[in-house]
Amino acid sequence: MKKVKALVITGYGINCEEEMAAVYNLAGANAEIVHLNDIFLGKCSIHNYDILNFPGGFSFGDDLGSGKVLSNKMKFKKLKSRKLFFDDIKDFLNEGKFILGVCNGFQFLVKMGLLPNVNCVLEQEVTLTGNNSGKFEDRWVHIKVNENSKTPFLKGIDKIFLPVRHGEGKLIIKNERIKKLIIRKKLNCLSYCDKEGDETSEYPMNPNGSDLNCAGLTNETGHIFGLMPHPEAFLSLYNHPNWSQLKRQNPDVSEDGEGLKIFRNIVEFIYRKDAKNAKKTSP
Amino acid sequence: MKNQIQLVLKDNIIDIQGEKIEENALSFLNINTNKIKTGKIFNITYDLSKEDIQKFANLGLKDEIIHDVYINSFYKNSFYKSFILVSKLPGVTDDEGVSAQKTLNDILDLNLDTNTQHIFTDDIYLIEKDLSDDILKTLAENLLGNKLINHFEYGKFTGKIEYIPEVRIGQNNETETVDLNVTDDKLLRISKDRLLSLNLEEMKAIQSYFSDDKVIENRKENTLTTNPTDCELEVLAQTWSEHCKHKEFSASIHYKNLETGEEETIESLFKTYIRRSTEIIRERLENAGNNWLLKIFTDNAGVVKINDESVFVWKVETHNSPSAIDPYGGAITGILGNNRDPLGTGIGGGKLLFNTNVLCFGPPNYNKELLPGQLHPKRVFEGVRHGIEDGGNKSGIPTVNGSIIFDDRYSGKPLVYCGTGGVMPYKFAGVNSWEKPIDDGDLIIMAGGRVGKDGIHGATFSSAEIDEHSPQSAVQIGSPITQKLLSDFMQEAVNQGLIKCSTDNGAGGLSSSIGELAEITGGAEIHLEKVPLKYANLKPWEIFVSESQERMTFVVEEDKKEALFKLAKEREVELSDIGKFTSTGFIDVRYNNEKVILLEMDFLHNGVPKKYMKAEWKKPELFEPELSSNIDYNDVLLKLMGSDNICSRENVIRQYDHEVKGKTIIKPLMGEGGKSPQDAAVMRLNFDSFEGIAISNGICPKYGDIDAYEMSAGAFDEGIRQIISVGGKLPDVNDNSNRFWTVNDNFCVPDSAYDPVTNPDGRLKLAKLVQMNKALFDMSTFYNIPMTSGKDSMKNDFKAGKVKISVPPTILYSMVAKIDDVRKTITSNFKADEDMIYILGKTYDELGASEFYKLFDKLGANVPKVRKENAKKIYERIIKANVQNLIESCHDISDGRMAVAVCESAIGTEFGVELNLNVYGDLSLNAILFSESHSRFVVSIRPENKEKFKELFGEDSSLIGKVTLDKMMKINFENNCVVDLEMENLEQSWNEGLK
Repeated sequence: MKKVKALVITGYGINCEEEMAAVYNLAGANAEIVHLNDIFLGKCSIHNYDILNFPGGFSFGDDLGSGKVLSNKMKFKKLKSRKLFFDDIKDFLNEGKFILGVCNGFQFLVKMGLLPNVNCVLEQEVTLTGNNSGKFEDRWVHIKVNENSKTPFLKGIDKIFLPVRHGEGKLIIKNERIKKLIIRKKLNCLSYCDKEGDETSEYPMNPNGSDLNCAGLTNETGHIFGLMPHPEAFLSLYNHPNWSQLKRQNPDVSEDGEGLKIFRNIVEFIYRKDAKNAKKTSP
Repeated sequence: MKNQIQLVLKDNIIDIQGEKIEENALSFLNINTNKIKTGKIFNITYDLSKEDIQKFANLGLKDEIIHDVYINSFYKNSFYKSFILVSKLPGVTDDEGVSAQKTLNDILDLNLDTNTQHIFTDDIYLIEKDLSDDILKTLAENLLGNKLINHFEYGKFTGKIEYIPEVRIGQNNETETVDLNVTDDKLLRISKDRLLSLNLEEMKAIQSYFSDDKVIENRKENTLTTNPTDCELEVLAQTWSEHCKHKEFSASIHYKNLETGEEETIESLFKTYIRRSTEIIRERLENAGNNWLLKIFTDNAGVVKINDESVFVWKVETHNSPSAIDPYGGAITGILGNNRDPLGTGIGGGKLLFNTNVLCFGPPNYNKELLPGQLHPKRVFEGVRHGIEDGGNKSGIPTVNGSIIFDDRYSGKPLVYCGTGGVMPYKFAGVNSWEKPIDDGDLIIMAGGRVGKDGIHGATFSSAEIDEHSPQSAVQIGSPITQKLLSDFMQEAVNQGLIKCSTDNGAGGLSSSIGELAEITGGAEIHLEKVPLKYANLKPWEIFVSESQERMTFVVEEDKKEALFKLAKEREVELSDIGKFTSTGFIDVRYNNEKVILLEMDFLHNGVPKKYMKAEWKKPELFEPELSSNIDYNDVLLKLMGSDNICSRENVIRQYDHEVKGKTIIKPLMGEGGKSPQDAAVMRLNFDSFEGIAISNGICPKYGDIDAYEMSAGAFDEGIRQIISVGGKLPDVNDNSNRFWTVNDNFCVPDSAYDPVTNPDGRLKLAKLVQMNKALFDMSTFYNIPMTSGKDSMKNDFKAGKVKISVPPTILYSMVAKIDDVRKTITSNFKADEDMIYILGKTYDELGASEFYKLFDKLGANVPKVRKENAKKIYERIIKANVQNLIESCHDISDGRMAVAVCESAIGTEFGVELNLNVYGDLSLNAILFSESHSRFVVSIRPENKEKFKELFGEDSSLIGKVTLDKMMKINFENNCVVDLEMENLEQSWNEGLK
C-alpha cells in the first residue's frame, strides 16, 4: 500500500521540523521537510501529501506578534502559478486532507483564520497572545481531551502529558458569540487540567491563562488541528521529565512517548481511509 | 514623506506588559506609576499611498482580536498624565522594523528594498501618574531602555512624534596615511587617539616594518605611500589585539614561589600547559591506535569523532565587557556569536545541538552605591538572562544546562560564558567535514547581515563623539532571525557541496576572518567597495574591521558560485563576492581600485613582539574560624537552601527552552515535580539510536581565595564528577569505541600585568593564573581528558575614578563526554521509599571557602583538595556499579554540601529522608554535614542490592540513611536529632531564594 505522506514545513525561523518529521516516521508515515519558499517557487506541491504540518518555532522572531508575519505570507503571497497559496490550502482541504499546527504552527492557523472558523468565512476569530505570566515558559502540563471532539488526531485519548514552550499561548476569543459556537461545536478539543484531569485556570497548571483553559482547537470537520503543547516533543519515553522513576515503578513501561499516539492516530486513520477507498474503486 | 502607524491594545484586553512594568517600577526603582498602557509605533519612510498604508496597517500589522490601530495619529486619553517614548538610536538593530518591511512586501505584492532600514519601530508607554521629568528619565533609562542604544522622549504627550533614527553620515570615505617617523611619545599618542590599544613596543615594531628598505620599495612599486594607511594600522591593531593573539597566554613568564624560593621561566602558558597536555593525550591515543581527537586549537572550535558517520564540534566563549554595558545586547550577541564558532568550523554548516551558559554576577541584593557606569547586578542578571533566552529560544537551540554564581566581585563586570555544541556529518560531499581546504583563486564570499559601524572599537568609542544621527557603535544587538536564516541556508549549501569551507565574522570583522583564512593559502585580495552596507559613507577601514553581527565568510570555488547565489536568493540570505584568496604572501585590500592595505602575511601574523611578565606566589595567611558549639542546624539548613549560590534556578531555567529538538534526555530539572536539579545534561544525538552525550560545567572560583591551584583542579574534578554522576564513563586510551571527552577551558581573570600604581598585586594575580594552568595540565594528563578549544579573557576589571572592582580569577571547564546509551543514565532524584542512601568518597575537614562558613562571614583555611588517584578509583567503581544497574539516583556533592545534596535529591519527589550519622574519625558534625570535599556523591540504592554494592565500594562508601515516605528531613547524629524539618519548608526556602 502507498505510504502516508506528511509534509513538514520549515524556513523563516521554524525550528521544530526535525522532531516533527521523526515522529511521523515513527508513526509509520513518510515525512518530508520542505522549505516554505520551495512551495512558493513551485518546486513542491502540497497536493502530493496527505498531511500538511506547521511545526513550532520563532518565525520572524515573533516580531509583530507570534506567527503574524508568516501567516501574512501564507495568506497573501502567490505561488509561481500566480494562485494564492491560501487558495491552494483551501483546495487541499477540499480534497479531504489534514492540517496540523503546533505552537507557532497553531499561531499561524489561528491568525490565517483556518481555526476555529466557526463562521465558515476563514477570517480570524481568536488570537494567541502573551502569557499571563509575562514570560516564555518551558514546562510539562496535563491536558484533557474534549470527549466530544471528533478529530481523528485525538481518537482514544482522554488525557495527555506534554511540554509547552511558549511566550504567547494565551487564547483570546473575539466575542461571546464565537465562544459559544466553539463550545457548541466542540472545537475546543484540548484543555489544561490538573493531575486528576479536572480542567483548571490555575497557574502554572494552566501556563498562559487561555480563554476556556483551551490548549488546542479543531475546525468543524476535525481535519485541521492546532495546539500549543508539543506532542512531537514526547516521541519517546526518554523525553518525559521523570522517565527514570517511571521505569523504576514499571520496568515494562513502553519506550514510546505519549505524544506519538496523536501521530499514529492520524496516520492509521489515513491508511484505513485509503484502504476503504481502494476497496471501493477496485472491481 | 513619512507615515506612522500605532497599535494599542483594545481596552478590554489586559496589558500584561504594562502590568509587569508597573510591578518592576515599584520593586526595582520604588516608583509608583499606577496604570501603564503600552503601544507600538511604526515610522515608515517608504513612499506609499494612503490606501496601501491602510491595508498594511489593518492586514499586516493589526491583530484583529486585540488591537486598535491609529494611522498618522496617536491614541490619546487624558487618563494618562505622562508618557515615555523609547526609540532606537540610529544604526541599532531593529528586527521588528525589518520584519514589518518583509510583511509589507508580502501583503502588497511589492518588491521594496528590505536590506536597509525603512521602517523604524518605537515603544510608547502611557502612564497614569503625572510624574516629573526626572522620574520619567529614571524609568526610561533604568527599566525601559538603555541610553547607549535608545533615544528617549518623555513628559506630557503632545500627540506628535518627530524622531526617526535614520543614519546620516557626511561623505568622507578617504583613506588617510599616518606618519610613524615620530618620537615614542607621539607613537603612543597615535595608538591612544586611534583607539588601537597597541603598546610602545608594538608601535615600534610597526614603525620598524614600515622603515624597512624592502618594504618601502615594494610599496612604491604598488603605488602606496611609505607611511602606513589608517586601514593598515587598524588591521594590525585588530590582529595583534589580546583578543586575537592571546599575548599574555603567549608571554614569557618568570614565576617565583616566594614560599619555597623556586623560580622558573614559562615560555607561553598556552603552549606549556594547555596545548601540551592535549598533545600528550593525543600521542597516547595515537600510540593505542585511537584517533577520535580530530581537531584541536586550530579552528573556531575543536572537533572529535562520534562514530564513522558524524563528528562533534563545540566551543565555549565569554562576552563579559559588552554584557556589563548592555546586558541584553551583550548576552544575545555573545550567544549568537558563539553559535557561529561551531557553525564556522571546518567546512561549516553543522547542526547546532545545544547551548549552555555559566553566569557570574554581583549578588541580587547588592546594596552599595553604584559607581558611574555601573549597572545594578539585578539588572545585569535580568538583561543577560533575557539575552540568553532570546538567543537560544529564537534560534531553536535548546539551552540544556548552566550555572549561576554570585559574588560581590562580579558586580563591576559580570562573566557571561556561552557554549554551543553541534554535529556535522563525517563527510560533506565526500570531503572530511572538519577540514579547511582553501586554494589559490578561491572566492571570498561574505554572507548574512550587512555592515555598519557596529562594534568598531567596541566599548572604547566615546559617547561624546556621537550626535543625534551618528550610528551608535559601542553596543551591538544580535538578530537571531537573521542568523537562523543564515545557518539553515548553510546547512543546505554544505550538503550540496557548494561551500568549500567557512568561518565566522566576529571580533575584528572581515579583517580577522579573512586574515586568518588567508594564512592557509598565503594571501588574499579584497575589494571593500563590494561589501554591502547598512548605510552609505563608511570609511574603508571601518568596513574592514566592523563587527556587524550575523555574518559568515565562505570560501567558494568559482564554478559553484552561481548555484550558491541562487540558493541564497531563495533563502533570503544576502551574499557578496568580495575578493579571492591568493598565494602572494600579502594581504592586499582595495577600495575602488585604490590599494589601502598591502601587508606581508608573515608580519601581520607573526610580527607582534613577545611579552615578558613576572609572577610571584605568596601563600595567604589564613586561619580556621572558631564557631559557636550551639548551632541550630534546622536554621542553618534552611538558610543554606535559600542562599544565593544554592537556591533553585527554576524561574530562570523555565524561561529557556531546554528541550526543542526533542533530544534532551536529562534536563536541568527532572523528577515527579520537575524540580530536582541535575548534575549534567544528557542528550541523544539522533532519533535512530540512543547514542548520546553528557554536558557539564566545572567552576568554583571561591576556592581561589585560598589556593588557585586547588580551585582549578577542583573545577576540573567537578566537571568530571558531574558526568560520572549521570552515568558517563572515563576515557580509556586503549578503548577504540570513540568514547570521547572534550573540554573547553575558559579563563577569566583580572588584569595581571604588574604596575606599581594601578596594579600593585599584578604579580600575585599572574601567579594564580600560572597555578590554575598547572592544575589544568596535571588533571587533564592524569585523566586523559583533553582541551580541544578554549578562550582567555584577561582584563576583567571595572574602573570608575580610583575605584576598581576586579573579578576573582575564574576558570570554567566545560566538558562533553560520549554516552553509549542514554537510556542507562542516572538522575539525581530519589526513586522509591526505603531505598538506602550512601555517600561515596571520603569526607575531609575542608570547610574553607564553603557556603557554610559564608553564613558566618568566614573564609577559613582548609580548602577542598583534589586527590585525583582516590577520585579515579571511586569513579571507576561507579562506572562498574552502573553496568550492574546498582545505582538508583546519584548527585554530586559540591556547594554547601552533603546535607544540601541530600535535600536536593529529595526536593520535588514524594519522599523524605532520614539520616543517621555517627562520629567519623575526628570530623566535626559541621564538617560531616557541610564540608565541600571533592569527588563525592550522594547515591541511593535498592535495599536488595546492598551486598553487591558494599562489595564493590567497601570503605569508600558509607551508609547514611534511607528514603522515607513521610516528607520530612530528619538528621540524627549519635542518636541525637539535629535536623527535623518538613520537606515543604526546605522546598519553600529553596524556591524563594531568587524570587
